[in-house]
Amino acid sequence: MNYFLNEEQKEIQNLARKIAKEKIEPLALEYDESQSFPWEIVKILGQSDLFGVFIPEEYGGLGGGVFEMCLVVEELSSACGGIALSYAASALGTIPIILFGNDEQKKKYLPRLATGEIIAAFALTEPDAGSDAAAIKTQAKLDGDHYVLNGTKQWITNGGEAFINTVICITDPSRGARGSSAILVEKGTPGFEGGKKENKMGIRASATRELIFQDCKVPKENLLGREGQGFLVAMKTFDQSRPGVAAQAVGIAQGALDKAVAYSRERYQKGQPISNFQGVQFMLADMATQVEAARALTLQAAKTIDGGEKNVAKISSMAKLFASDTAMKVTTDAVQVFGGYGYMKEYPVEKMMRDAKITQIYEGTNQIQREVIALQLIKESVRRKD
Amino acid sequence: MKIIVCIKQVPDTTNVKINPETNTLVREGVESIINPFDMYAIEEAVRLKEKYEGTVTALSMGPPQVESALRESVSLGVDEIYLLSDRAFAGADTLATAYTLAAGINNLEGADVVLMGKQAIDGDTGQVGPGVAENLGLPHITDVRKIEEIDGNGYMTVQRLLEDGYVRLKVKLPAVLTVVKEINEPRMPSLKGKMRAKSKEMKVWTAADLDIDKERIGLSGSPTWVTKIFTPPKPKGGKIFQGETRDTVSELLDELVKGGIPIKRGGGK
Amino acid sequence: MNDIKVIVEKCVGCGLCIKACPYVAISLVDKKAVINEKCTLCGACVDACKRYQAIVITRTTFSGQKVAAYSGIAVLAEHRHDRLSSIVPEIIGAAKVLQKTLNKKLSAILVGKNVKHMAGEIISYGVDEVWMIDNPKIDDFAEDVHASLVTDILLEKKPEIFLGGGTVMGRSLLPRVAARLLTGLTADCTELEMDPEAMILKQTRPAFGGNIMATILCKNHRPQMATVRHKVMKPAKKADDGHEGKIVEMDYIDIPDSQVEVLEFVKEDTNTVNIADADFIVSGGRGLRDPKNFKLIEELAQALGGAVGASRAAVDADWIPYSHQVGQTGKTVNPKIYIACGISGAIQHLAGMKSSDIIIAINNDPNAPIFDVAHYGIVGDLFEVVPELVKQIKGK
Repeated sequence: MNYFLNEEQKEIQNLARKIAKEKIEPLALEYDESQSFPWEIVKILGQSDLFGVFIPEEYGGLGGGVFEMCLVVEELSSACGGIALSYAASALGTIPIILFGNDEQKKKYLPRLATGEIIAAFALTEPDAGSDAAAIKTQAKLDGDHYVLNGTKQWITNGGEAFINTVICITDPSRGARGSSAILVEKGTPGFEGGKKENKMGIRASATRELIFQDCKVPKENLLGREGQGFLVAMKTFDQSRPGVAAQAVGIAQGALDKAVAYSRERYQKGQPISNFQGVQFMLADMATQVEAARALTLQAAKTIDGGEKNVAKISSMAKLFASDTAMKVTTDAVQVFGGYGYMKEYPVEKMMRDAKITQIYEGTNQIQREVIALQLIKESVRRKD
Repeated sequence: MKIIVCIKQVPDTTNVKINPETNTLVREGVESIINPFDMYAIEEAVRLKEKYEGTVTALSMGPPQVESALRESVSLGVDEIYLLSDRAFAGADTLATAYTLAAGINNLEGADVVLMGKQAIDGDTGQVGPGVAENLGLPHITDVRKIEEIDGNGYMTVQRLLEDGYVRLKVKLPAVLTVVKEINEPRMPSLKGKMRAKSKEMKVWTAADLDIDKERIGLSGSPTWVTKIFTPPKPKGGKIFQGETRDTVSELLDELVKGGIPIKRGGGK
Repeated sequence: MNDIKVIVEKCVGCGLCIKACPYVAISLVDKKAVINEKCTLCGACVDACKRYQAIVITRTTFSGQKVAAYSGIAVLAEHRHDRLSSIVPEIIGAAKVLQKTLNKKLSAILVGKNVKHMAGEIISYGVDEVWMIDNPKIDDFAEDVHASLVTDILLEKKPEIFLGGGTVMGRSLLPRVAARLLTGLTADCTELEMDPEAMILKQTRPAFGGNIMATILCKNHRPQMATVRHKVMKPAKKADDGHEGKIVEMDYIDIPDSQVEVLEFVKEDTNTVNIADADFIVSGGRGLRDPKNFKLIEELAQALGGAVGASRAAVDADWIPYSHQVGQTGKTVNPKIYIACGISGAIQHLAGMKSSDIIIAINNDPNAPIFDVAHYGIVGDLFEVVPELVKQIKGK
């Protein structure tokens, strides 16, 4: 399908594809095994300006938006969903600064984020606050010129690796969700530490850690937006980042599809390549159709957001829901096409299937996405009746 | 420091396939790329610039389409690009090429370091580097695997790869170096570099722009003539053994011994 | 003016030139060949059109040396660490074949410090004269000094043919000499032959990673120079009959100062590293899956007394140092036996080992391209086959 990319978008896509193929793919299985953080690749992505595609030009970026970010995430994910996540999670941590940061905050962090010199993380989830984000307990108390943070964040991607962390915490416990605020915490701030690294099923090249705050003093100027805007920051950020998860899912699925097609032509049974068998052909055809549909929805969601549409929750959720379910299905089928070899770690599709699973879970489980979509449908219906 | 990298545009043999019936190269759809060895030279030049400050100029000789290779070099960190292009340069062998490139370098008023890949993957000669050095009256070092340092007095220390090890050499700049793959890992282009590459002004010099003897360029400056080009004979289908490991290995060794190959079982060195 | 032309009346539109052109510079327009600006005047099409002679390249070359003033064959006696390089007998062997047709004197150039003791060995291969400069000032690695002295000797002795080794040194030194003498040089030849009528040296060499062979002449310039690929030419044997030769000391030639200071030579384990010299090479590729498994390759190489090679994939994954890499961006090798284990046979790899005498492939994929060039192959799991080979070779 032709998405009529402009010259710059084509350059972005080609460069991300080149890096995925030449630099990421050869190392994907190794990182999956070792679970070490892919700093080597992050450095390459930084030097290539890919971290800057969604950052405004005045802050050292290339001035693109969610669409460009999705192009990069998809290409990187086709080689390794875990490494792509390290990129996408940094975007997730950067978006709140772009959306809510004041000029000083932007000047301080965005140029360094654009070159990949530093990466970012976004910290909301806590042990008792997953899908129920309003249940967070991490507190920030204003004390003179500083906020003092106490609490623990869980399952934070790029946690412990990111230099700048957007942390959602409670500044006014009496106001519930309306009493939350977003505060920027730099790595190395006394009282802030990365906890243990999680041992995950998939996306193992990405770092997932606890963030522990113990009387962590952060300058007052690090407040993002205003006090009480914490959930607004989180929701607006997710609206923009969700297509990134969808793009990650599309990339993983495309990677698995490519491997399955290539393998079906190489693998001989009964004296002919298995691509000659209709049973295999039908599977490949379905996989390809699903991937293309997921991509179309994802890129359309990204375009809708970049175009300035206000209410993007529905399309954003639809893209994430559909693409991640597609990724799970397509990777599972790719393993099937590979047969017994597909189940072995020497072949890449086993990893892709493990990587795909998380896309149905994080940044709002697919059940939550369906809730969001349904809620919107009902709202729209009510409005129409009025 | 002023650094000049000489680059060549070559057909991308990665995608070349052999037609099994005619035993000839299938060239359809073969793209032109920067000679892979020159990519290491470009990277090394850019690294020298980053370490010691200065400018990197890429220079190439060839038809107009070489422009794309030169522009690509800009996206990799090269500052200025020059193309020597003239029908009169065509047909140059390594002697005439070295002479012409040296004239181009003279037109650029020389350099502290001239870098290029150890050879081009289409010609595989490796003769242009030493030839350029001779024409410029500069020392040359081929097969450089590491540039250790450039000291304050303008001496460069390098490691040069040999068959049985390497030798560390110190040379007073200016000098011409050809590099091997081991020297570095070329970086990926950057998006900003790609945009710079699009708008970068490229200077084209014809024979008339250079201080040269017209007799010594292109075909007329080339003592060597290609009289015949052919594809090497196709290997005859080999003997393939399949089955139980112990049997296949033993059959193979039997076959080798029969063919007079000095592998002795139970002996070995 | 030099240029290429299609003689339209003679062109039959057969398209042979299009197939022959390495630069995709020819197309058919109205059933006639048309040459575009991509043409490098390489001459491949002229040769392809021998039957119709519809493509001609007109050329005049700059005036060179007086061809008639040059006579005989000279070779470069390369040496290192007090020993003649193993390629020297091969170059002499090739030169002696030429000598049979040319019937002129065969000489060798020997330049260095403490080299006199090698002159006798050179003569014993059937060389008539050794042109020698033996001086403690000449360092083994000071190629600029070597180049300068070799040039001076050639200018004085005027051989019509001068051959050197396709070694690191030869391929660095001879281009410098050729550029100073303003004569032609053909790199890395795999075949040398005298044209018995014109008495010109026909130099054949691979290009395009070994996918194309080109035969090259140097008609009007002398000496005709070539470097010779290692391990291709049949080495000369030492004469039993006490071949007579003489040593010509040329001490009167000034020794220039080197512009390069040699700091140190660092030897690497030649047993397994020096793949350019080895008779047996066992190479490993991606199929080894893990750097640890290179031990299998080493064991087989040791059992054969050979060297360890590697594909680019293995080197890029940092399983083994670059000095082991065989192929287009690595080394070109010509061993007696090349055993490729778990190497699929990408075209770049084939370029580096295709001219080995015998190629043996071990791979579990019967469709791997390596089997297309292999003389022998075993389809099987290398983790079983390689240890079994070691076992049977060692005779345990």
